[in-house]
Amino acid sequence: MVEAHSTGNGVAAPKDARNSRAITGICDRFGNDPHRMLDILRAVQDRFRWISPTAMETIAEATGLTRIAVEGVASFYSFLSLEPKGAITIRLCDDIVDRFAGLDDVVKSFEDELGIKLGTTSVDGRFSLEYTPCIGMCDQAPAAMINDIVVTRLTKEKARSIARALQSEARPQDLISPQFDALSPYERVTMAVDSNIKHAGEVLLGPVPRDAGLEKASVLQPEQIVAEVEASGLRGCGGAGFTTGAKWRLAAAEADTDRFVFCNADEGEPGTFKDRVLLTERADLLIEGMTIAARAVGASEGLIYLRGEYVYLQEHLESVLTERRTRGVLGTDIMGKAGFDFDIRVQMGAGAYICGEEGALISSCEGLPGEPKTRPPYPVNRGYLGHPTVVNNVETFCHAARILDRGDEWFHAIGTKGSHGTKLFSVSGDCLNPGVYELPYGLSVAELLRMVSGEDAAAVLVGGPSGTMISRDSFQRKLTFDDLATGGAIIVFSGKRNILEIVEYYMSFFVHESCGYCTPCRVGNVFLQKAIQKFRKGNADSSDIDYLRDLSATIIETSRCGLGVTSPNPILSTLENFPLVYSAVSKKSEDGMKATFDIQSAIEEARGIAKRRSYIFDRDYGK
Amino acid sequence: MSEPRKARIATTSLAGCFGCHMAILDIDERLIELLKLVDIDRSPLTDIKRFTQRCDIGIIEGGCCNEENVHVLRDFRRNCDVLIALGQCAIMGGLPAMRNAIMHSDDPLRECLEEAYISGPYLRNTTHNIPNDPALPLMLDKVYSCADVVEIDYQIPGCAPSGDVIYSALSRLLAGKFHGFDRETIRFD
Ligand SMILES: Cc1cc2nc3c(=O)[nH]c(=O)nc-3n(C[C@H](O)[C@H](O)[C@H](O)COP(=O)(O)O)c2cc1C
Ligand code: SF4
Ligand code: FES
Repeated sequence: MVEAHSTGNGVAAPKDARNSRAITGICDRFGNDPHRMLDILRAVQDRFRWISPTAMETIAEATGLTRIAVEGVASFYSFLSLEPKGAITIRLCDDIVDRFAGLDDVVKSFEDELGIKLGTTSVDGRFSLEYTPCIGMCDQAPAAMINDIVVTRLTKEKARSIARALQSEARPQDLISPQFDALSPYERVTMAVDSNIKHAGEVLLGPVPRDAGLEKASVLQPEQIVAEVEASGLRGCGGAGFTTGAKWRLAAAEADTDRFVFCNADEGEPGTFKDRVLLTERADLLIEGMTIAARAVGASEGLIYLRGEYVYLQEHLESVLTERRTRGVLGTDIMGKAGFDFDIRVQMGAGAYICGEEGALISSCEGLPGEPKTRPPYPVNRGYLGHPTVVNNVETFCHAARILDRGDEWFHAIGTKGSHGTKLFSVSGDCLNPGVYELPYGLSVAELLRMVSGEDAAAVLVGGPSGTMISRDSFQRKLTFDDLATGGAIIVFSGKRNILEIVEYYMSFFVHESCGYCTPCRVGNVFLQKAIQKFRKGNADSSDIDYLRDLSATIIETSRCGLGVTSPNPILSTLENFPLVYSAVSKKSEDGMKATFDIQSAIEEARGIAKRRSYIFDRDYGK
Repeated sequence: MSEPRKARIATTSLAGCFGCHMAILDIDERLIELLKLVDIDRSPLTDIKRFTQRCDIGIIEGGCCNEENVHVLRDFRRNCDVLIALGQCAIMGGLPAMRNAIMHSDDPLRECLEEAYISGPYLRNTTHNIPNDPALPLMLDKVYSCADVVEIDYQIPGCAPSGDVIYSALSRLLAGKFHGFDRETIRFD
């Protein structure tokens, strides 16, 4: 018996041992540091295509954590999988923009060619096919990730030929170019994805002299840098619009020896892709801005949190970082100034919108599940590992670098009162010229629509699902912090589109992306989505509108982070701006009887089970 | 001088446990005062099965789990000026609505009945059948609250509501002075 048992395992044992060595090797590579858990798990996922229970045990042992702690992280991120995934995993963006751009045909092509259904893995383990929310390619939708590669502008034909190529052993990279390996990192990025710069403004996308801002900053006192950024009126471009100078001042004022500068390149808000373009075309400027921030607050370590969907940009960013180190504008004694030390690491995310929330971003960098933190304390006071941490958006850092070069007055003079400078808008949806537009703050939506040739718009979603959906009579409203604030997403919908379908999609997005910590956000958004389905099925009445408002108010009031606080916005803003859409499908009670209750469908199932008809509601009963 | 007209009240128990009707009896000796003001029409308390005339107030215990509940509830709506949902089952489905939790099934009602009559571990059902007498009303796909089916005018919350709460609601309603409950009376924690 004993012998039989050991031979039974004999075949697997060497492989198990090899796998476990590979995993301990990965843990070693990250110093067995539990704070690097996300990197460890990503590496294991890449290598084995899943995080197996044994892998979790091995990782737990190496990092000194419990297995359940490891599983808590592994199960949190959608790019990490607790079941085996295909060697090639195809993730199709299922955003409403892609659906309107012909996603269904693309899905069908992949399903036909690969012989698997969406959401499954082929039996031979070669392919997985699944949906993922917006991957930041909305201007060239439908788009998909194929492992670490991005393919865009998919059609049913293109999808077919991609699937065929992959089946005949092409690597995903080969889809970009047959000469992929010979390309530079920048070329690899731009061959795969168009930057689509449609309008360059004077701050970011026009000509930008290299390191001019850093040069000026290197001879200024930290306090002077903060003062200059503050005087420029620069406000955060990630959505919340906090004054950047004030943020830096708070971090600098904390008594601590370690401070951190983090760049938020998570860009998860559906419809936003301007950071993608900056990371591609202005990576130097971004790092310059981070370096200036580091000098301003006294940080020596920085981190770029790059969303998992943008992994195709990682190599490019690394190469820019390396090049800057060689040039002496990053690392130690920057610009020849003794003691001006600052270096940056790229931290990959793994498919979680919530990790764009700064507290969740920090949790994620600490190797924890990407859950927001209770505030206060704010990150500027106690952030990464308890130290003061400045978290800014990609665009914010780029602006800061330009402000140091051209001066606060120059920047302050652009835009309008309270919203200074330019802003990048990512425009997608029903318009002829989707892409990135750099414009001064203060334009009206109508003016922007003219530029993008989207005059047919019936609705515009400003700021993505967490922003505001406006209708034609609000197109005169202005794109400023005081009127229509936006992190940059502008999604245009023509009159052909069904508003409630859009709303339902975005509610399903929030359902999917809630971190689950607060019950009102985790459960409430499910109920909101169901209530919208009720409207779409024609089973709603005016009391359902009250229900939507009440439940939304509860979610807003009782959620811990910005996701919960903004998740009812698709509903609230359409209730406000498209009231007729809701009233048109609401039913009115007649003589006190609810028109929304349908007795026939309610007893249909029972008729089948009892194999008889209703003696009350079927006229022909007994015949 | 003729006496003021007495108000007519009807009551019924749908998918409830009769607990709310028991709670009505918890009004105790104040019932005598109340009965000076009202006549009881159709109700399990009088055993009158059909409305004898239009009523001022209909009191509903329980939600709707079968077609007969819907039929009766609609009959109440047609024949009563004011409808009151009494207790949690009437208000939101209550305990019977636990079966609504079976939602990830193509055939949730069948799953529920099979567990209740055939496959449940603590059963002794020698026929191995799901009861299906022709006199049994068809069940609904899920349990509905009264307000899902008809307009409801007032709710008296509780499981079951106390006799005091019921008495206070009814007597104020009869005096034309019922404007809902203050928070403290309907706090349960
Ligand atoms: C759910 C959620 C997602 C967010 N996603 C992003 C994001 O992808 N990129 C970003 O820069 N800010 C995002 N933010 C805002 C950040 O929390 C933070 O305010 C911002 O990074 C600060 O940088 P800024 O002041 O430069 O805008 C998000 C906030 C929430 C609540
Ligand atoms: S509001 Fe939602 S996303 Fe934010 S912490 Fe709570 S559950 Fe998580
Ligand atoms: S990539 Fe599909 S909507 Fe953004």
